[in-house]
Amino acid sequence: MDWLNALNLTAGELIGVYTAAYVLAALGLAVHFGFTGLLNFGQAAFAALGAYGYSIATLTLNWPWWAAVLAGLAASGVFALLLGIPTLRLRADYLAIVTIAAAQALRYAFSASDYASVTGASNGLSEFGESFYSLNPIPKGRYDLGFTSMSENELFIRIIGWSLVVIAAVFLFFLTRSPWGRVLKGIREDEDAVRALGKNVFAYKIQALVIGGTIASLGGMVFVMSSQTNQPSTWGTNFTFMIWTILLLGGAATILGPIVGGMVFFALLMFTQSVMEGLVKMGWLPFLDIAQVGQIRFLLVGLILMLLVIFRPQGIFGNKKELQFNG
Amino acid sequence: MNQLTIRKSGVFFALVAMLFALFTAAAPAKAADDPSTYAYTIGGTLLNNDVGVPDVTITATLDAFKSTTKTLEDGSWEIKVPNPGVYTVTLDESTLPAGASMTEKGGNVLQADLTQTDFAAVLFSLGAAQVDTVNWGDQFMIALFAGLDWGLMLALAAIGISLIFGTTGLSNFAHGEMVSLGALVMWVCYPMLGLNIFVSAALAVLAATVFGYTQDAALWKPLRKRRMGTNQMMIVSIGFSIVARYILLLVFGGDTKDIGGVGSPINLGPVMTNDITLYSMLIAAVALGGVALFLTKTRVGKATRAVSDNAALAASTGIDVERIIRIVWVVASALTGLAGVLYGLQFQANWLTGFDLLLLLFAAVTLGGLGTALGATVGAIIIGLVVQLSVLFIPTEMMYAAALVILIVILIVRPQGVLGKKQRIG
Amino acid sequence: MANQIAIGAVEPGCKKVDPILVADNVTRQFGGLTAVNVEHVEIPRGQITALIGPNGAGKTTFFNLLTGFDKPNTGTWTFEGKDLAGVPSYKVARRGMIRTFQLTKALSLLTVIDNMRLGSQDQPGEGFFGSWLRFNWKSRETQITAKADELLKRFKLDAKREDYAAALSGGQRKLLEMARALMSDPKLVMLDEPMAGVNPALTQSLLEHIKDLKSNGTTVLFVEHDMHMVRHISDWVIVMAEGKIVAEGPPAEVMKNPAVIDAYLGAHADTDLGDVEIGSAKEGN
Repeated sequence: MDWLNALNLTAGELIGVYTAAYVLAALGLAVHFGFTGLLNFGQAAFAALGAYGYSIATLTLNWPWWAAVLAGLAASGVFALLLGIPTLRLRADYLAIVTIAAAQALRYAFSASDYASVTGASNGLSEFGESFYSLNPIPKGRYDLGFTSMSENELFIRIIGWSLVVIAAVFLFFLTRSPWGRVLKGIREDEDAVRALGKNVFAYKIQALVIGGTIASLGGMVFVMSSQTNQPSTWGTNFTFMIWTILLLGGAATILGPIVGGMVFFALLMFTQSVMEGLVKMGWLPFLDIAQVGQIRFLLVGLILMLLVIFRPQGIFGNKKELQFNG
Repeated sequence: MNQLTIRKSGVFFALVAMLFALFTAAAPAKAADDPSTYAYTIGGTLLNNDVGVPDVTITATLDAFKSTTKTLEDGSWEIKVPNPGVYTVTLDESTLPAGASMTEKGGNVLQADLTQTDFAAVLFSLGAAQVDTVNWGDQFMIALFAGLDWGLMLALAAIGISLIFGTTGLSNFAHGEMVSLGALVMWVCYPMLGLNIFVSAALAVLAATVFGYTQDAALWKPLRKRRMGTNQMMIVSIGFSIVARYILLLVFGGDTKDIGGVGSPINLGPVMTNDITLYSMLIAAVALGGVALFLTKTRVGKATRAVSDNAALAASTGIDVERIIRIVWVVASALTGLAGVLYGLQFQANWLTGFDLLLLLFAAVTLGGLGTALGATVGAIIIGLVVQLSVLFIPTEMMYAAALVILIVILIVRPQGVLGKKQRIG
Repeated sequence: MANQIAIGAVEPGCKKVDPILVADNVTRQFGGLTAVNVEHVEIPRGQITALIGPNGAGKTTFFNLLTGFDKPNTGTWTFEGKDLAGVPSYKVARRGMIRTFQLTKALSLLTVIDNMRLGSQDQPGEGFFGSWLRFNWKSRETQITAKADELLKRFKLDAKREDYAAALSGGQRKLLEMARALMSDPKLVMLDEPMAGVNPALTQSLLEHIKDLKSNGTTVLFVEHDMHMVRHISDWVIVMAEGKIVAEGPPAEVMKNPAVIDAYLGAHADTDLGDVEIGSAKEGN
C-alpha cells in the first residue's frame, strides 16, 4: 500500500479547487443558516445559477469574462429574490422543502432537451473558459508543489478560487460583527422579538438570502471553471447535502468553520478513499471493488452529517452556546 | 451529565450496529467479482426496427482515455472504463450497414454519466422518428389512467410520511429509501430467485417493515428521548437517507432493474395497459381502504389519530404514545414497502427510485394538509394526476418539476393544505 | 381620580381626556369563534392601564392585533391621532409603541448587552450598506452602548452584561425584555403578563420599574392576571370577557363591578376579587 501517495492526494485536497468552490457555497450557507437561521436546502441551485449564468453568457451571448461573472451573480441574486419574496414568511421547515423543491425543479429545467441550444440539456456546457484563462499571467508549464503538480491554468484557478474564499471570509467577518449582523442573529433567535423592536425582519432575511446566494454562485463559477464543463448532474441534492455537512462540520455560526470544515471534509474523504482503494488492491476488502470505494465516499458524507447533528451540532469551531437548532 | 454520555453512545452503537448488519447482509449479494481491472461499464443495444445491428464501431472517450468496441450479433455492446466521469460515446456512422441511419442528425454522439453509478446505458436511435398519431382526447385518457395509477402508489407511501410526521413531527427525508428497498428486495426474490410473486411481495414488504421498525428503535426513538428539535431531526434524516441510499447502491448495484416483465396486455378503450398494472391498482386501492378502516374503526387507529392531534393530551388520557409511534412506523414502512413493490413491478427500479419520488411524496402530503392520512391520500392522487397530465402540456422531462412547482405554490398560498384547517394563531 | 382620566360617565368604551390609542370596531375571528370584538376603547396617555379578564377573553389576541402581529377581520385604530390599522408590526414599533411577550423573548444566544443594543433605533450600521464602514456607525454605537449600560444598571443587570441571555433566570429575562423595550424611548409600552413566572423577590422591583416609566412620561398598557398587582399600580382598568370590553374604570371601583365578578368567577360570585389568585393560570391563545 502506497501511504505516501495517499497522503499526497489528501494534501492536494486541502488546496483543491473543488474544495474552494464548496467552501464558498458553505460560507453562503453560513449566512443563511448559521447567522439568520434560514433552513435553505437549495444551495445547489444558487451555485448552479452562478455556473450557468457564466457559461451561458460566455457561449450564447459571447460576453467577456467580467460581464459573465456579473451575469452569474445576477442570476443567483434574482433567484434569491424570486424564491425569498413568497417563501421567507413561511415556517422554517416549509422553507426547507420549498428550497429543495425549487432547486430540483431548476435542475430538471437545465436538463430538459427542449432548451438544449442554450443549456446543453443533460450534456451541459463546456469550453467556456477562454476569456477567463486569457487573463492568466502565469507562464506555461508544470508547477510542482511537492505533493502535487499542476498546469499553469490549474494553478491560476486555484489561486483565484482561494482568493475569493479569503475575500468572502473577510467581508463576512466584518459584516457579521456589525449592527447588521447583530440583527441577523436576533432573527435567528426569535424573529417576532426583533420585529417588536422595529426591525424589518423580512428585508433582512431577503438580504441574507441574496448575499449567501451570490457567494454560493461564485463557488459554482469556480467549480465549473477548473474543468470548463458544467453539467446539470453536478447540481443535485448531493451537492447541497455536502455543503451542509461541511458547514456543520466546521461550525455554522462561524466564518472560519466553513473554511476549515471544507478542507477537513475533503481531506478526510480523499484519505479514506485512498486507503480503502489501497486495501482493495491488496485484497483485504474482498467484498468491495474499486468503483464501490467511490460510492462509500458519499455514504461517509451521510454518516458524518448524521453524527455531527446528533453529537456535535456546533461543529469544530462553534461555541456550543452560539448555535442551536430552533424547533 | 454521565447519563447523557451513556445515552449518546447508545445512539452511536445502535447506528454502527445497524450499518454493520446492513453491510454483512450486503456481502453475499456481491458475489461476482469482475476480473477486469476496469470497474465502470458503458453499454447498450443498437437496434434498427427492433433488429440488432452488428459490427458498428462505438468509441468512449474521456480526456486522454479512449476505448473502442464493435456491436455484437444482437446489436449489444459494452465498453469497460477505469474511472468515474462523464464519457463521450460516439457511434461511427460510416460503419452502419446500408439503409440504416441516425434518427436525428448528430444523434451519433451521446454522453454516459458515470459520476454516480458504475453502469450507464447509452442508446443510439436509428431509423425514422416515430410519428405521434394518438389524438388529444385519447392522450388525455391515457394520462388520466396513468395519473390515477401513480396517485394510488404515491398515496401508499405518502400516508406513511404523513402518519410519521403527525405522530412524531419528523419530516423524514429517508422515507424514499423504504420505497427503493421494497422494489429492490422484490427484484431479488421475484425475477432473481424465481419465488412466487406473492411470496416475493410479502418478503419485500417484510424487509421494508423490519427496516422501518429498526430505524425507529435504533435511531429516532433515542433522539426523541433526547428531545431533539424537529429541524435537527430532519437534518439527521437527510444524513440517514444518504447512508441508506448508498448502502442500497453497494448491495444491489447501480443498474436499473426490470422487475415485473411486460405482463399480458389489456385494452381499456384508448388505454393500453396490462394485468400487472390493473392488479397493482387494485391492491393499492384495497390497502388504502384497509388503512382507512384501521384509522377510523380500530382502537389503535383512533389512538393514532389522537396522538397526531395532540400527543400530550393523548398521553394524559392513558394512551401509550411510544407504542402508538412504534405501530405507526410498522404500518408506515409496510405500506411504503408495498408502494415500492408495486412501482417496481410496473416500472423499473433502482437505488434512486425512492429518492426521486421523495419530493413528490412531500408535495402530496403538504397538498393534503400535513399529518392527516386522508389528506395525504387525496394529495397523492392529485399529484399523480398532475404529474401525468402535465406531459400533455410540457416536456416529459419536466413532469416532476410540475409537481414541485405545485408544491411550492401550495406552501405559499395555502400552507395548511387543501383539506387542512387553518391553525388558530396568536 | 376617574374624573382626571375619563370624560363623562365611566362605562365600557368611555371617552378619555387625553387618549394615546383609540380603537374602533376591532374584530378577529378564528373559524367560527369570535376571539375579539371591541366596539370602542381609548387608552389614556401618561397613565398605567391594566387589561384584565379571564382565560380566553382575547386579551393577548387584542394585543397582537393592535401591534400588527395579527390581522383583524374588521376595525380601525389610531396611535397619537395617526391611523395604525394594517401597519406592519415593525413600523408600529418605530412609531413608539413597543410591546413585550407573554412567553419571554430574550434572544438567548446573544449577549445581554447585544440584546439591549438591538432595542435601539436609528443605528445606520443596521442597514446592509451602512454596515460596511465602521466609522459610519461607530459613534452611534457608542451612544447606544452608553444608554444600554445605564438601563442595565437601573434594572440591576449590569453584572450580567457579557453573559448570554440564555444564562439568565426567568425573572431576569423579563427585566431584560422590559429594559430592551425602553432602549428606543417608546411613547407607549405594552407589557403582556410582565409578572408571569417571576419570583416574588423580583416582583417588587418590576413594579417599581413600571411606576418609574409613568413618572418618566411613558404610557403603560399591560395584561395581567395578578389582581394584587393590578390594584397596586394601575390607574385605570379595562376588563375583557369573551372578546368584548365588559367594564372599565379605576381599579377600586372595577373590582366591585358585578359584571366583572360575574365574568371572572361565575359561581363564586360572593368572593372578593382582591382575594382571588388567578396569577398562575396561563392564557392559551
